[in-house]
Amino acid sequence: MAPLLSVRDLVTVFESKTRPVQAVDSVSFEIREGEVFGLVGESGCGKSATCRSILRLFAGAPARITGGTIEFAGRDLTCLSEAEMTRVRGREIAMVFQDPMTSLNPTMRVGDQIAEGLIRHESIGRRAARLEAIELLKQVGVPSAEQRLDSWPHEFSGGMRQRVLIAIALACRPKLLIADEPTTALDVTIQDQILKLILRLREQYGMSVLLVTHDLGVVAQTCDRVATMYAGRIVETAETPSLFARPLHPYTIALLNSLPGGKKRSEPLQPIGGAPPNLADPPPGCRFHPRCSIAVEACRSTAPALLPVDAPHRVACLRRGAEPS
Amino acid sequence: MIVLRFVLLRLIQMIPALIGITIVAFLLLRVLPGDPASLLIGARGSTEEVEALRHQLGLDAPLWQQYLTFLGDMANGSFGQSITQRRPVATVVLERLPPTLVLIAYSTVLAIILTVPLAMLAAVRRNSWIDFAIKAVFVVAMSMPPFWLGVLLILLFGLKFPIFPVSGYGEGVFGHLWHLFLPAFVIALGTAALTIRSLRSSIIAVRTADFIDTARAKGLPENAVLRRHVLRNSLISTISVLSVHTSWIIGGTVVIEAVFALPGVGDLLVTSIFTRDYPVVQGLTVTFAALVMLISLITDVAYAAVDPRIRLE
Amino acid sequence: MTTTITETPTASPRQRRLPRLNPPLTAGLAMLVILLAAVLLGPLFSPYDPLKVDFAEALRPPGAVHWFGTDNLGRDVLTRVLAAGLVDLQIATVCVVLPFLIGSTVGAVAGYFGGLTDRILMRIVDILWAFPFYVLVIAIVGTLGPSTGNMYLAFTLVVWISFARIVRGEVLSVRQSEYVMAARLLGYSHLRIILRHVLPNAITPAIVYAMADVVLTILAVTALSFLGLGVQPPTPEWGVMIADGRNFIFDAWWISTFPGFAIIYTGIAFTLLGDGLDDLLRPKG
Repeated sequence: MAPLLSVRDLVTVFESKTRPVQAVDSVSFEIREGEVFGLVGESGCGKSATCRSILRLFAGAPARITGGTIEFAGRDLTCLSEAEMTRVRGREIAMVFQDPMTSLNPTMRVGDQIAEGLIRHESIGRRAARLEAIELLKQVGVPSAEQRLDSWPHEFSGGMRQRVLIAIALACRPKLLIADEPTTALDVTIQDQILKLILRLREQYGMSVLLVTHDLGVVAQTCDRVATMYAGRIVETAETPSLFARPLHPYTIALLNSLPGGKKRSEPLQPIGGAPPNLADPPPGCRFHPRCSIAVEACRSTAPALLPVDAPHRVACLRRGAEPS
Repeated sequence: MIVLRFVLLRLIQMIPALIGITIVAFLLLRVLPGDPASLLIGARGSTEEVEALRHQLGLDAPLWQQYLTFLGDMANGSFGQSITQRRPVATVVLERLPPTLVLIAYSTVLAIILTVPLAMLAAVRRNSWIDFAIKAVFVVAMSMPPFWLGVLLILLFGLKFPIFPVSGYGEGVFGHLWHLFLPAFVIALGTAALTIRSLRSSIIAVRTADFIDTARAKGLPENAVLRRHVLRNSLISTISVLSVHTSWIIGGTVVIEAVFALPGVGDLLVTSIFTRDYPVVQGLTVTFAALVMLISLITDVAYAAVDPRIRLE
Repeated sequence: MTTTITETPTASPRQRRLPRLNPPLTAGLAMLVILLAAVLLGPLFSPYDPLKVDFAEALRPPGAVHWFGTDNLGRDVLTRVLAAGLVDLQIATVCVVLPFLIGSTVGAVAGYFGGLTDRILMRIVDILWAFPFYVLVIAIVGTLGPSTGNMYLAFTLVVWISFARIVRGEVLSVRQSEYVMAARLLGYSHLRIILRHVLPNAITPAIVYAMADVVLTILAVTALSFLGLGVQPPTPEWGVMIADGRNFIFDAWWISTFPGFAIIYTGIAFTLLGDGLDDLLRPKG
């Protein structure tokens, strides 16, 4: 069966005063129906830019998709006009953003913000949309939904606002939900609730989820498959159990080592040395080589391709299979 | 109900400021060098005549006693007697108030009609030729003397294209709107010069806000995003710019009324200065200050209506 | 026995960077230089006297002899516009500088000492704030009688509150800074601290506002003269000229039109200067 979303060789460039920044560099991955796919990496590695490219929403930043295809349910989204994209956004693909405190319109009642997408896409009246909005608020676990419908965003806590944002995203029963760091800005206890909510709704609605996170703990808890991004490129992709059992890319290994409880042995946590590269001027060859403990001379000049190790597990590393020193 | 309580509370809080305003208006005519009585009679008057007039106007009484008389006149609602019209000041002022109120409201509406589309256009087409053109036009508008523009419009519409009347107040609602169009437009242009600038930069800032991406992600087309989400949030800062300049806008009506011969309080102020009708000047000064306070109260309510995070308390 | 104390306890973060001209500032300065050259030198080179009445030459339209035409008394409009420029610029300068000095001083004192002084001064400012600018100026000039001196007094009485508000706000934030604290600990006099450490760091927004205020002041001065409450004829002044030309507006549009252009030109020059200074002086970030 064809995957729901298939991203091929995506390149996204951000214009800047000095020189253009290639935030997404030949990224390919696919998401199957009903699957939770994780995109993991440090901040600034291009994971947000990747999922913003899918919906072509760049928060007013001067960004352009310059190459590749984004095939969704049989259509290439990169070929759609802006008007056609508005029929995809919200209806077929929805998105939840990182910061619930700033992602709701402060001057609009939450009920209206939820109903807005429904009225636009489903051609239903205000009253019907309002009833639907109450139903959605119940679904995402907002207590006394009828009363809360007419509240203002500032009357909600951060966790409750994220629930509202999820309700907005789910309003038109999209086939794919993109969640860009949906729990980063929340308290740890709330984080867990929101992740469980997303998983439950995935079951209920039968949708796929693209979950962007910097937290491998979140990945382990939620994702079916996962891709690791570094400096604009995917360096490793696998089914989640396989990635945790046998990480192959030195960057993935380093990420796992910096995770509390991620290591079975009781060794101290190891932070990753060095800093991520400047994407306006990335290092040649493998972009991780300056921070890599097992890099060899060839890593400085040859960019490794993403090659399969065993069928679904693929890695972009010249030293794959080599024991870390 | 909350609005009503807020308005009442604010009106009560205004009382000390209003007392301060009456003191300033009172002192204005008494502490400054120059004697109203001798100015009124002119250089040819004899000392006896001046003294008699001083007594008639109560100017020979001690200052505190004069102030009490002034307060008493305000308390009984007359605000004193007009020297030239021999009627209570309040009556004279009240019959001249409607044209000015209509002019202020009318020009504000026109300013909004000018501001919203032009600021949106300039913000959306940021740094394009149209943005620069709008900016250039309103830098000129800001430096343009309103009375001069008024004189030119009178030339243009009085002689070349007689579509709009160039003076008077007209009859009935439509008559007022028709007669007041040119003066209201002149004031609106000056106001819009300020508000377009502020709304433009505020729209540009709001368009990069996170919640705007939420709105776009719902599948709203850009013009719906602008109308439903950007505009309202951008208006918040523009309303505060407008409220800071309220007093300037109200003051501007004085000159415009004189140019277009409108029977409003501004025109009355200028006439009363020339006829040296000091009780009227004094009453008008208090009226204008009260008007500024009232309008700033209205802007506060508007502010709260646009931004739900502001509580009226 | 003497102890040497270093002159400045901690270097005040006064802006010492080289003034780099930005486009609005350059354009504004250029326009101002041209304006000053025109009003200062123009009347010297003009063959006409701005005050001399010549009925034979009355109401001539703009042409080769009289570039801007002549008015109803046969006076050359261009010469009068330039002569009026000098008058208006002088008045505007005084009407901005006096309130600037007084308002900044009051604002600095209120902000620096705080407490009761601050509360009383700011209460006065708040009350005066409620009066529309034009109403107060017209009432004061009207009471005193129209004259240039009375205009200075009226503008000073009315406009100082704007500068006081701005400077007070700035001083409040500077007051808490380390270098002011250090100066206080060293026992410097209040006057010296205000003059040397507080004001230099708090005056920038007031200077930027002063540029905008020049524009407002020229509009107000010309408006007052237009109403007959400011400069009196026959002294050439832009507002007076517009008022004079008003009676002949249908026959001789040029008498009122050209002084208006001069006002707009001056306004744009100072608006650009203000924008440029704002960019130049305001700390980035």
